[in-house]
Amino acid sequence: MSAAVSMREVSKRYGPLTALDRVSLEVARGERIVVCGPSGSGKSTLVSCIDGLLDHDEGRIVVDGIEVSRAAGTLPAVRRRVAMVFQQFNLFPHLTALENCTVGPELALGIGRAEARAAALALLERVRIPEQAHKYPAQLSGGQQQRVAIARALAMRPQVILFDEPTSALDPEMIREVLDVMVELAGSGMTMIVVTHEMGFAREVAHRIVFMDSGRVVQDDPPERFFAAPATDRARDFLSHVLRKDAA
Amino acid sequence: MCWAFLADRWRLILFGPYPYAQQWRPALAMVLFALLVGASLAPGLWARRGSRLALGLAWPATIAAIAALLWGGVLGLPPVPSRLWGGLPLTMILASVGVSGAFVLAILLALGRRSDMPVIRAISAGFIEFFRGVPLVALLFLASVLFPYFVPPGWTMDVLLRAQIAFALFFAAYMAEAIRGGLQAIPRGQYAACESLGLTYWQAQRRILLPQALRTVIPSLVNIFIAAFKDTSLVVIISMIDLLGAANASTAEAKWWGLYIEPYLFVALIYLAICAVMSAYSRGLEHRLGVGER
Repeated sequence: MSAAVSMREVSKRYGPLTALDRVSLEVARGERIVVCGPSGSGKSTLVSCIDGLLDHDEGRIVVDGIEVSRAAGTLPAVRRRVAMVFQQFNLFPHLTALENCTVGPELALGIGRAEARAAALALLERVRIPEQAHKYPAQLSGGQQQRVAIARALAMRPQVILFDEPTSALDPEMIREVLDVMVELAGSGMTMIVVTHEMGFAREVAHRIVFMDSGRVVQDDPPERFFAAPATDRARDFLSHVLRKDAA
Repeated sequence: MCWAFLADRWRLILFGPYPYAQQWRPALAMVLFALLVGASLAPGLWARRGSRLALGLAWPATIAAIAALLWGGVLGLPPVPSRLWGGLPLTMILASVGVSGAFVLAILLALGRRSDMPVIRAISAGFIEFFRGVPLVALLFLASVLFPYFVPPGWTMDVLLRAQIAFALFFAAYMAEAIRGGLQAIPRGQYAACESLGLTYWQAQRRILLPQALRTVIPSLVNIFIAAFKDTSLVVIISMIDLLGAANASTAEAKWWGLYIEPYLFVALIYLAICAVMSAYSRGLEHRLGVGER
């Protein structure tokens, strides 16, 4: 059985800047990976490349046996398997919460209207905002919007969910409600790759923590080992910084 | 103020050279058109499946009825060639057909100008720059006077249709740039979300991106609609007698010679009333769609 996501020697450059530098990463089915590191270390680029939102320059990315490339037909196949939750939510402002969750299944998966609606309502229930189904994103709080975005991602019935700093744009009092939903999701066995600085969440749900710096993966360990023995000074600095922030 | 003048000449101003005894036909056509537009603009009617189907059938039926009324030649109506059409109906036809055609073309041009494909981008940009850079008067001359020299002998096209095409091309160029502005105002995250959901280009444009872009550019589109409506009066220079042209012609009789204020004030009020309806509707539309709230 192939890995959920397999990256081999993947590089991505923006002009002279190397955003990803020969990154290799294997994610098994059902595995939960937290990716962390200082800003500009390439975490967001990593998840964007997996979803094909950015083209990588070198190396191979294979999702469920399908190589991510511009070749005809492969991107739609990859995107049927991978869903993404964005830092800025990126909900569609002219659609209600419910419609945000049905538009993808109806158009991209060809699911009938009634079935898509029923599934979306169940998902909004699961992220604990069924009563907001007919509101527009602008009428929801940040935490509620991000939970709708998680429901929208789940509505695509993905095999892997990518989270790109899902709580970084939220007010502190809303972070918990989003993390709770993510913890519940982790309990269901979903394969997750989560870019986040929430170390409490990482300790609680991650199988492995991937620490990135300057576009490289510098440490890839289970949380116990990562927190007990950061492999590099950068990781130590980073940890002491984010943990101090958590304690505050 | 000379009311006797208006009482005597109002039908000439409203219907131009259309045969006097047949003027009930354009009058009825305008009523049908007003009803159709009024019904189509009613809030919520397009949202319900049943009324959407009814409207979808009403449009072609009403347009066919209007064409039959104006042209005649069917159901015992004497035929009236389009060169005799005039006054307010002509203005309405030029504006509504021109603006609708321009709108569809403008969306394609705006998308084309943002396309990944260099050839499509170049064609769209070239089209927009050309038609925006040429005066409308020059285009109308081109369409009416020079057109016959460019096509094989014996090849003809109705001069109204040619003027109509010139209008549509000219205003499409302006609308395309307004719509392109709206597309540029959409945050990049919206595109990323569409891609990530696996929507195709046309699915994303139709359901997600264009609805947002068009909503933000309603004010500038209405601006262009209103300008287009008034600019239809330029067809006077290719000898078509639109509302303003008919007002102009209405004083050409010894009895009324030298009267200026009445005819022009009369048509100015008609233009003003129609433009006021357009801007009131757009204000309501902006309010309903929550423009500026996001």
